[in-house]
Amino acid sequence: MNDIRDEAAVRVERELLLDLYRQMLLIRRVEEAAAKAYAQGKIGGFLHLGIGQESVCVGAIAAARATDYVVATYREHGHFIAKGGSAKEVLAELYGKSTGASRGLGGSMHLFSSERRFLGGYGIVGGHVPLATGCAFAAKYRDEDDVTLCFFGEGSVPQGALHEGFSLAGLWKLPIVFICENNQYSMGTPLYRTLAVADVTECAAGYAMARDRFGGEDVLRVRERVAEAIDRARKTKQPTLIEVLTYRFRGHSMSDPATYRTKEEVEKWRQRDPVPLARARLVGELGASEDQLASLEAHVKAEVQEAARFAEASPAAEPDSVFKYVYADPSIDPRKL
Amino acid sequence: MARLSYREALNQAMSEEMERDPNVFLMGEEVGHYQGAYKVSQGMLQKFGEKRVIDTPICEAGFVGVGVGAAMVGLRPIIELMTFNFSLVAIDQIINNAAKVRQMSGGQFKVPMVIRGAGGAAHQLGAQHSQSLESFYSYVPGLKVVMPATPADAKGLLKTAIRDDDPVVFIEGELLYGIQGEVPDGEYTIPLRQGDVKREGTDCTVVAWSKMVHLALTAAEQLQKDNISIEVIDPRTIKPLDEELILQSVRKTHRCVVVEEGWPFASVGAEIAHRVQRGAFDDLDAPVEVVASLDVPMPYALDLEELVVPTAAKVVSAVKRALYQE
Repeated sequence: MNDIRDEAAVRVERELLLDLYRQMLLIRRVEEAAAKAYAQGKIGGFLHLGIGQESVCVGAIAAARATDYVVATYREHGHFIAKGGSAKEVLAELYGKSTGASRGLGGSMHLFSSERRFLGGYGIVGGHVPLATGCAFAAKYRDEDDVTLCFFGEGSVPQGALHEGFSLAGLWKLPIVFICENNQYSMGTPLYRTLAVADVTECAAGYAMARDRFGGEDVLRVRERVAEAIDRARKTKQPTLIEVLTYRFRGHSMSDPATYRTKEEVEKWRQRDPVPLARARLVGELGASEDQLASLEAHVKAEVQEAARFAEASPAAEPDSVFKYVYADPSIDPRKL
Repeated sequence: MARLSYREALNQAMSEEMERDPNVFLMGEEVGHYQGAYKVSQGMLQKFGEKRVIDTPICEAGFVGVGVGAAMVGLRPIIELMTFNFSLVAIDQIINNAAKVRQMSGGQFKVPMVIRGAGGAAHQLGAQHSQSLESFYSYVPGLKVVMPATPADAKGLLKTAIRDDDPVVFIEGELLYGIQGEVPDGEYTIPLRQGDVKREGTDCTVVAWSKMVHLALTAAEQLQKDNISIEVIDPRTIKPLDEELILQSVRKTHRCVVVEEGWPFASVGAEIAHRVQRGAFDDLDAPVEVVASLDVPMPYALDLEELVVPTAAKVVSAVKRALYQE
């Protein structure tokens, strides 16, 4: 009996991890395609890649319901995809096309999807935290049990707006989970030079929030621990501050060669890269076959290639859209203000 | 018609809108138990309860940001700032979030919120509490800016602002809360971008809003004694601006003075002066005058404050310059 039950549990975990692995790989391949297109001059602006951090958004959002809300930063391609967005919408947005997630008006830093309750990527560090708190406020105001997940980097922890958002969430007992993706560097500056404490979650106590802190290399662990916080938020309305220790293998943006860290350090973190770790676990203890994974990987590759083709072939952003979406009020034309 | 104070008119507007739409709520410092720093929300906590009349700590960036997020997912927040001077610590939320979310999201999210509170100089409040910031907010695409001068306008415009699907910066005159005026009975709203002729006249157009309307009307009485008839135009909404009403008046009077409480550099007055010369160049018989506060932080001493702010005497003088009588 034990063997049979274990086998069933292994199968469930394998199916789950296969899905999370697929999502992480898709995000990584999309970002690699974006980096390539950027190098070719096909996309412009700032491009902040989260390569190495995929387990955080994928694991956390896998723990949420479709009706839960997600608010993220300017490094949010992964969060958008994890919330159900497509590779096509991401790449088309980066290419500045009308088919992009935000019709070519947002760009890499401002992906949105109202139907999936993805409330966007924001470019002012920490400035989106009060907004996310407001989203959680609205759910509670309407007696709905949807939870808000608010992602930010450790670089935003010294920012005032973040603390005001924390403070109100704690004071009003709002259903929100704050997820700090500690990727070790705020642009080029390590945490010990930006914060007086090494543990970001220490500030949870001052706001009556629960706290949790763990390594992000295991996507299943991220899912499980975030699920606990979401459950707490949904049932007791107590917010949680979570710090996930992770690493970005690329620079802050495409213009950053990341010379502020050693090869040894990067190599050390490569051993904790969540994508190959998930793969190794699938093939190892969870008994997935190489063929199965090769097929999954080929599908992901084809999906990203198709998304890049779609982005290139899509119609340009519409000139009229510059005026159409500034105001909801249809009587206002910004050319005649 | 009932005779109400400006603060009672604002209170009625909020209360009526909260009665008709459960998604409308009021949030800000001292709005509930204290009954409002300027008593605008008097009685509202008792009427609507703590769920909808929400006291906040002193954290403007926090609760203005909460308003933006709540508006994005379907609520209609009224966020009260004790004064607009404090909006400066929330200006990132207003400019980077409230004003831009709709455009950045390709039209997927809207931000139907009102950010309201007192603006302008009061009596001897010093440099940090005497500012007129309408030019800051009207500069930003995505925001609307409303500045009523009378109780009737305050009520009708606030109701419109609450129903509006865009973020509205609603600046009340700190010294206007106690003024009385006739307010229509029953349900009414005033559209944005609809200015109002506050006094008809023939010799010179004076454009003024908020507290400056009353200054212009005082100046009008004084000028009348010299047989000078001025027409006082109150745009009421700064953005979108009822430019046509101003131009129609200037085409009739051929002269224009703009009176504003803000600083003169890159100001709303400068923008209106530009629009008047652009739209009525051939009708003008004199350069457009702008009466503004002096370009200095507000001093405390009463006699110094009076030196800095627009006064009826300064308006009279500007009108006479426009008429080449001074």
